[in-house]
Amino acid sequence: MAELAERTSEVMTVNIGPHHPATHGVLRLVVDLEGEVVREVRPIIGYVHTGIEKSCEDKSYWKVIPFVERMDYVSYFFQMEAFCGAVERLVELEIPERAKYLRVIFLELNRIHSHLVWLGTTALDLGAISMLWYCFRERDRILDLFEMATGQRMHTRYFQVGGVIEDIPLGFEAKLREFIREMPGRVEQYQALLDRNEVFLSRTKGTGVVSRERLLELGVTGPLLRAAGEPWDLRKAFDYLVYPRLDFKVPVGTVGDNYDRYRVRVAEMVESVRIVEQALDGLPEGPHIADDRKYVLPPRSELSTSMEALIHHFKLVTEGYRVGPGEIYYAIESPRGELGCFVVADGSAKPARVHFRDPSFVNLQAFRDMSVDGYIADMIASLGMLDPILGGVDR
Amino acid sequence: MPDAPGLELIRGEIEAAHPGAVIDSGFAQERAVLSIDPAHVLDVLRWLRDTSGHEYGFLSSLHAADYLPAQPRFAVHYELLNRDRVERIRVKALLPDPGDGALPELDSCVELFPTAEFQEREVFDFFGIVFKGHPDPRRILLPEDYVGWPQRRDFPVGGEPVTFTYNERNYG
Repeated sequence: MAELAERTSEVMTVNIGPHHPATHGVLRLVVDLEGEVVREVRPIIGYVHTGIEKSCEDKSYWKVIPFVERMDYVSYFFQMEAFCGAVERLVELEIPERAKYLRVIFLELNRIHSHLVWLGTTALDLGAISMLWYCFRERDRILDLFEMATGQRMHTRYFQVGGVIEDIPLGFEAKLREFIREMPGRVEQYQALLDRNEVFLSRTKGTGVVSRERLLELGVTGPLLRAAGEPWDLRKAFDYLVYPRLDFKVPVGTVGDNYDRYRVRVAEMVESVRIVEQALDGLPEGPHIADDRKYVLPPRSELSTSMEALIHHFKLVTEGYRVGPGEIYYAIESPRGELGCFVVADGSAKPARVHFRDPSFVNLQAFRDMSVDGYIADMIASLGMLDPILGGVDR
Repeated sequence: MPDAPGLELIRGEIEAAHPGAVIDSGFAQERAVLSIDPAHVLDVLRWLRDTSGHEYGFLSSLHAADYLPAQPRFAVHYELLNRDRVERIRVKALLPDPGDGALPELDSCVELFPTAEFQEREVFDFFGIVFKGHPDPRRILLPEDYVGWPQRRDFPVGGEPVTFTYNERNYG
C-alpha cells in the first residue's frame, strides 16, 4: 500500500450509482480514488424511501402486514414474522404448535431463497455469470413452493397474527421433500463451480477484512459477523418459534474476509435445508391458527351458519382488533442479521409506531471499513458480500 | 434480561453514581426498562456498558417514538444487549417538547456505540431530535432540503388534494 501511495497522489472523486447493476439496488456511492485505491467511500441512501413506517400508523394491525413485507423485498417472511410476533406478544396470544412449525419451514425456505439471490448476483459481479442461472433455477423452485402454499410467489402475506392464514395444501409435502432431497447436491454444485475458480478465489480471499471487534462496535450482525468468527445467532440465543427443538449448526468463519462470508452463507443454506426437513418431520397435527375470535378471522364455513361468527368477521375486517397500550421490541435472525420490530400500541386499532431495525441499514455502516485502502474492484466484491437490500435500508 | 430485584439493583447503583439519572424502572412486555433523564443519557449508557457484572456492550437498536399527547412527548429507545448472558435491557431517554418550533436535544452516543451513527441520523431525519456531538448531523433517508419531521404524530398523513376541474367548470 505504501508503494502505491508514492506512485499516485491525485485524488479523483467518482460517483457510482444510484442505478448501477453492481450496487444491488438503488444505492449511490461517492468514492475518492487515488489511482485504483479507495481512500474514502460515502454511501448515499434514501432513493427508495417510501415512508412505510409512517403509512403503517394509518392502517389497522392486520393491514400493516403486507406493508412491512415490502421493506426488505427478498426476505418478506422475516418481516412478517417480526411484525406478527411483536403484535402476538403485545396481545399475549399464543400461536398453535402447527403454526410455529409452518412458520419455521417458510422462514428457512425464505433464508435459502435470499441466500440464492445473493449468491447468484454476487457471483455475477465477480464474473461467474453462469452462477446466476443455477441459483435462480433453485430459487424458482422455492417460489413455486411459496405459490403452491400461499398463492403468491413474492410478498405472500401468509403469516397472520395468531398463526398462518391457511394450512399447506395436498401435495405440498411431497414437493417440499423432493426439494429437500435435491438441494444439498445443488449446493455442492455451486461450491464445485466456485471453490476452485481461480478468479473468484483471488477476488474474495483476503479482501474486505474487518475485525470481529470492529464489526461488533458497528452493530453488524448475521453472516457478516459470523464470518469473522463470532458464533452469534438469535435462533440459538433467544427462544422463539421452535428453534430450540431443532438441531442445526451455526457456521462461522475465521478471518472475516469476503471468502469467509461466502463460505458461511453457503453453509447456512445446507443448515436451513436440515431445519426445514426436521420441521417437516416434526410438523404436528392440529389447527394452523389460534382460535381467538377477537384477533383471528372465524373459519369461512361458519359465516353462513353462525350470526356470531359473522359479527366477529365484520368487526375484524372493518375496524380490526384493538391492542392495549404497550410497546415491544421483538428481534429475529433474518438472512442479513438481527431484524427487530418495534411496535408502540396506544389502545386503538392502529399502531402508534412501527419501526424496523433493518440489518441491511446497520450493516451498511461497515462498508467503509471494508473498502477503504483497498482496490475499487475489491470494493465491488465487498458490496456484494455485504448483501444489502436497499428496500430494507430505505424502508 | 435482569429480573425485578436485579433491575432495582441496577437502578440503585446508577442512582448512587449519578443522582437523578433514573426516573423510573419497570417491566414492559417482559422487557426490563429504565426511563432516564436525557441529561444523563451518556452517563447511564457508559455505566451499563462498562460496569463489570453488567456490560451491556452491544447496542441492538436505537429508535424513537412520539407519544403525543403524553408528556414528556418523545422518547429515544436504546435496546442494549449483553451477548454473553443473552440479556436485553431497554433504556428510554424521555424528551419533552421544548415548544415554539425548537427542536429537542440529546447527547449523541456515537462515541460509545459507533453503530448509532446511522440510526441517530434516522431519528433526527424523522423526529427532528438533535443529537449533540454527532459527527455527521444530516438527514439520511429524506432529501436534504426536506422541511418537516414526518414521523411525528402531528405530521399529516394523506394524499394530495384532488381538484375536480371538470365538475367546477361545468357545475360550479
